[in-house]
Amino acid sequence: MKQSLVLNKVSDLVGTKSIFGKFKIGSFKFDGNKILRKFLIPALSILLFVGLWHTGSKALFQMEADYKIEKALTDQGREAAEAMQACIASGDVSCQPNTLPSPSQVWQSLQSLIADHKVISADKKAFAEKTAGINAKREAEGKAPITYTGRPSFVDQIFTSLKTVFAGFLLALIIAVPIGIVIGLSPVLRSSFNWLIQIFKPVSPVVWLLLVFMIVKTMTKDSNSDSAFIISFISVGLCAMWATLVNTAMGVSSVDKDYINVAKVLKLRPLQKVFKVILPSSLPLIFTGLRITLSVAWMVLIAIELLAQSPGLGSFVWEEFQNGAIDSNSKIIVAMFVIGIIGFLLDRLMLTIQNMVSFNKNDAI
Amino acid sequence: MAYLELKNVYKTYGQGADATEVLTDINLSIEEGEFVAIVGFTGSGKTTLVNLINGLLQPTSGEVLFKGEPVKDTSHDRGVIFQNYSLLPWLTVGQNVHMAVREAFPKASKSELQKRVRDFVDMVSLSPAINKRPKELSGGMRQRVAVARALAMNPEMIIMDEPLGALDALTRGNLQDEILNIWSKDKRTALLITNDVDEGIYMADRIIPLRPGPNATLGPEFKIDIERPRDKTALNDNPVYKKTRNAIIEYLMDIGNERKAVVQQEYVLPDLSPKSFVA
Repeated sequence: MKQSLVLNKVSDLVGTKSIFGKFKIGSFKFDGNKILRKFLIPALSILLFVGLWHTGSKALFQMEADYKIEKALTDQGREAAEAMQACIASGDVSCQPNTLPSPSQVWQSLQSLIADHKVISADKKAFAEKTAGINAKREAEGKAPITYTGRPSFVDQIFTSLKTVFAGFLLALIIAVPIGIVIGLSPVLRSSFNWLIQIFKPVSPVVWLLLVFMIVKTMTKDSNSDSAFIISFISVGLCAMWATLVNTAMGVSSVDKDYINVAKVLKLRPLQKVFKVILPSSLPLIFTGLRITLSVAWMVLIAIELLAQSPGLGSFVWEEFQNGAIDSNSKIIVAMFVIGIIGFLLDRLMLTIQNMVSFNKNDAI
Repeated sequence: MAYLELKNVYKTYGQGADATEVLTDINLSIEEGEFVAIVGFTGSGKTTLVNLINGLLQPTSGEVLFKGEPVKDTSHDRGVIFQNYSLLPWLTVGQNVHMAVREAFPKASKSELQKRVRDFVDMVSLSPAINKRPKELSGGMRQRVAVARALAMNPEMIIMDEPLGALDALTRGNLQDEILNIWSKDKRTALLITNDVDEGIYMADRIIPLRPGPNATLGPEFKIDIERPRDKTALNDNPVYKKTRNAIIEYLMDIGNERKAVVQQEYVLPDLSPKSFVA
């Protein structure tokens, strides 16, 4: 059912595209309703959103500018106020009001971030070429190679964040699924661990980070490994695993009694019963849990990176906020959109995997 | 000694004040190679009885003996066809049967297992659907898979819990014939639980009514002395058939009436008359 829905969407998308093509070459035979629903209305809503944003930011800009001029007038007199007004009107960087950036500013920042990425990656490439000979020599001598230690670009930050979130997700998967299965199988264990789950589930990511920090700090004292990365991915995993844990336990404990009877009549051994009957039948619920876990992990990651000083989108946002440059605010908004879009794509990815591996429980008897 | 024997079996669900006695004093013995049908109203405890025999449940008191041994657990010797098919929806037809075959013949080689799966799927004429999942099949096809799965384990006894209850009349008739065919080939012992008297008479050697629960117990048995193979159309004119059918239905009707009579209560109305405001 879900799969067919997705398929429908895909075909609709394709349909819209081809209709659009026809529209361009001048043949006016198209499904107006479909265009309206699939293309025009979303486009309108985006325009409306950008328009509102634009007017809002203009209004805020004006408020901030008025305040600045007013302040100059009361503090330094008429001349200073006029100078300030002229300065703001000229667009000079030194006196721009600091407020919500407009859509066009955000667009410019996006382009400057991409340009920045190009510069940095060219730089990296040059560095790699330059150090290739030395590194080969160092490797032969058994020394660690020289690595690029320059500033990471925005795109690098995205990949660092994705790496952290997948590490955290894998940790959650490795911890939560087996424990969920064991707890789900035994009512005694379930009732004895319930308090723990119920108490730790609502704990804030920040507190998890501090807890992990306490432990990891001591454990990595002697090694020179990347403890910021370790701390952040473990915290992400611990924050996000609860949905999977609870869903797995529920799925395993609520397997249809008919299937259990079949397993008994066939005399499956306990392990076989788990792997051949209980797990497949609880897969849909486990995957629902994993989907929630991944989206929670992505959401929590930004906050944790921000606090743990671990590189990634979170620290990018925080650094830009601390930086206070003229385009910092618009870079933060760029990061906001990137975070949102990646979160959406991750969710879609999980949904696709879920549809691939699980049967539809409602249709089957 | 009987092949399957139930001696003074009682089954109670719940404990203390909440306890309901579902089955009371069940005595049953089935000989090897016999086809016995138990006919009863819905909710009379038929499925409980089946689960006691196949080993999914244990009696509260009394014993269930299979070949003289008390039934403690499920066994590959007693194949079960469940009322609601109970196929695993994530497996294909072939895989569902294969799972059972592999458990029943742990020593067989891969190709032997595959062959057995194919043979039994073929026997219920589902070879074209061997790679389909249960949800792609009709009710009748699903039940045929369940039949194939139960028989592929080569059980000594087949226990069928209202196997055809959810099917339409035509599919039902076909499957009855198929089951009878398979049964008559090697004369396994068979126990059929059904709510259809005609089905019982057509298929079984003996019919035993189950009096409705709670406190369900078995009624007197009716022997069906009709030559096999039985012809469904000719059956209607067979005097033995008519006589047995009438006797069983009469018996069941009597139980039904008895039940109603028990429920009937006299409600004594209070002696009231409207108050007169005239006087």
